Amino acid sequence: MIETLVPGLFLRYNYYMAIIIMLIGLYAMIAKGNLMKKIIGLNIFQTAIFLFYISSSDIIGGTAPILTTDPATVYVNPLPHVLILTAIVVAVSTTAVGLALAIRIYEAYGTIEEDELIALEAKE
Amino acid sequence: MIADHLPVLVVVLPLVGAVATLLAGWADRRLCFPIAMATTVIQFCISLVLLSQVMQTGPLHYNLGNWLPPWGIEYVIDQLNGFVLAVILFLCVLSCLYANRSILSEIDEKKIPAFYTVLLLLVTGVCGIAVTGDLFNLYVFLEISSLAAYALVAIGREKRALISSFTYLVMGSVSACFILLGIGHLYIVTGTLNMADLARVLPPLYGSTVVQTAFIFFIIGLSIKTALFPLHLWLPDAYRYSPSAVTVLLSTIVSKIGVYALIRILFSVFTPSFIIIDIPVMEVFCWLAAAAIIGGSVIAIAQTDLKRMLAYSSVSQMGYILLGIGIADSIAVTGGILHILNHAVMKGCLFMIAGAFIYTSGIRSIEDLRGIARTMPLTAAAFVIAAASMIGIPPTVGFMSKWFIALGALESGQWIFVLVILASSLLTAVYFWKVIEYMYFREPVPACGEAITSARDPPAGMLAPILVLAAACVLFGIFVSIPLEIIVPFVTGILGGT
Repeated sequence: MIETLVPGLFLRYNYYMAIIIMLIGLYAMIAKGNLMKKIIGLNIFQTAIFLFYISSSDIIGGTAPILTTDPATVYVNPLPHVLILTAIVVAVSTTAVGLALAIRIYEAYGTIEEDELIALEAKE
Repeated sequence: MIADHLPVLVVVLPLVGAVATLLAGWADRRLCFPIAMATTVIQFCISLVLLSQVMQTGPLHYNLGNWLPPWGIEYVIDQLNGFVLAVILFLCVLSCLYANRSILSEIDEKKIPAFYTVLLLLVTGVCGIAVTGDLFNLYVFLEISSLAAYALVAIGREKRALISSFTYLVMGSVSACFILLGIGHLYIVTGTLNMADLARVLPPLYGSTVVQTAFIFFIIGLSIKTALFPLHLWLPDAYRYSPSAVTVLLSTIVSKIGVYALIRILFSVFTPSFIIIDIPVMEVFCWLAAAAIIGGSVIAIAQTDLKRMLAYSSVSQMGYILLGIGIADSIAVTGGILHILNHAVMKGCLFMIAGAFIYTSGIRSIEDLRGIARTMPLTAAAFVIAAASMIGIPPTVGFMSKWFIALGALESGQWIFVLVILASSLLTAVYFWKVIEYMYFREPVPACGEAITSARDPPAGMLAPILVLAAACVLFGIFVSIPLEIIVPFVTGILGGT
């Protein structure tokens, strides 16, 4: 049992790591009451997906995808990297909007703790 | 020459318009509205031209930068997205016209250029989702439209809008992440991102767990975006606290494009055989949609705030669209797609009216609306027409789509969903009748007496879109063959027809 599991784990450890990091991010978004920590959780979640894409395209010993005369050259698929560049831009903009909202919530309510916000809302 | 580039112009135009609005806003705030209005009107004209081209010559393909698919990004317009594009841009034009007056009382004057800029960015994202034939492109446009939507929700003076916008942002980003993961899984297995190419490569791989996982990621992600029943929690607050014009945009454009993306992925990327036989997801969809239809209606009855009631009613109505798709019978799917148009028209009209009540009298609560029909006769009349359509009284549009969905359910032997539709129609009648009774047959409550007596029908800029949509509720119901001519070929194409 352990022999079949362990090599599988080591062969695909990058995917397992991506999933673990993703769940850490998801946990932070659900369990943490502080809006800033929620944004951090969201970032961790997104980063895990980036890791998933990037590691899926990598080949051990692969080089940059530059056209050479040697037909035996093993190169890494560049497309996932390009996709993730775009996704990073999206993630940065999402974070920016999230932070801007957190600042305005702080200006309006004087707190960014979720339970305090709920209490303030219930009072009004 | 320019006619060849219409598919991309429909996306580029609002992007240019957004920048122009921002620059013009620095010079003079009054310039913003005409620019935004002109952009959406031109786009609407383009979408009609595209739709007529599709109807005459079949699907249009546009290769960005002349890179051939599957390497380059391809824009494809067939009957489905031609139809959705026209519906969405029709509502965009009317919402933009409506926003001109209504937004003045709801946001700070210095934010007006920002409002129109973000509005056009939202239109960019939504049109992009509609025309693209590339999965990753779909994700990027989905994020553009979502980010614009978060900003629009928070743009008003309402303090609580900030919190609902934040909740919307967290939920929306998680859903986008799931979609991104789904795209990643499909890319790893197939090495392509083009939807048509995926549809060709995928069928032999349907047994693969990676493909099935990808499919589940797509379903969960898009269910959050469309606010399918157990995942709808962001919706009521976002609708309730955003400015009226934004609520109209969210309920008519943003939610409809989510459903469109879902249909596209279910039927064009995956095939009906996969979603019905290999993974019985359609059955799950039907039950979730039935829960949404009943649950949304029941919660709507309990609401005291008009906009909130309409928001829960939206949850219920989105259930109809998903039920039609979930039954996966060609008549029911036709009804479901038809309901995209119908719900956009009805709910757009109702949210505009709720906004008009707030604009002229400041009243948000249903109970305080007593007697308002006397001072706002046209608005109240439009409300009755749209409400009749929501309940499904012939000859309104709401009747036609419910009829098709019920017929499809009967054809495929799932009569239990006919009962769901009937029960929900009664529940819908309960909560809309309550509003109509208060508007027409009750004396104003003393506390709001002055607000009611001094209320007038809103200015022409707001009244015109309301009346156009109320008329559309009836006209599309009578001339239902016009949208059907567009939808039926598409449904026959994907389901083989009956």
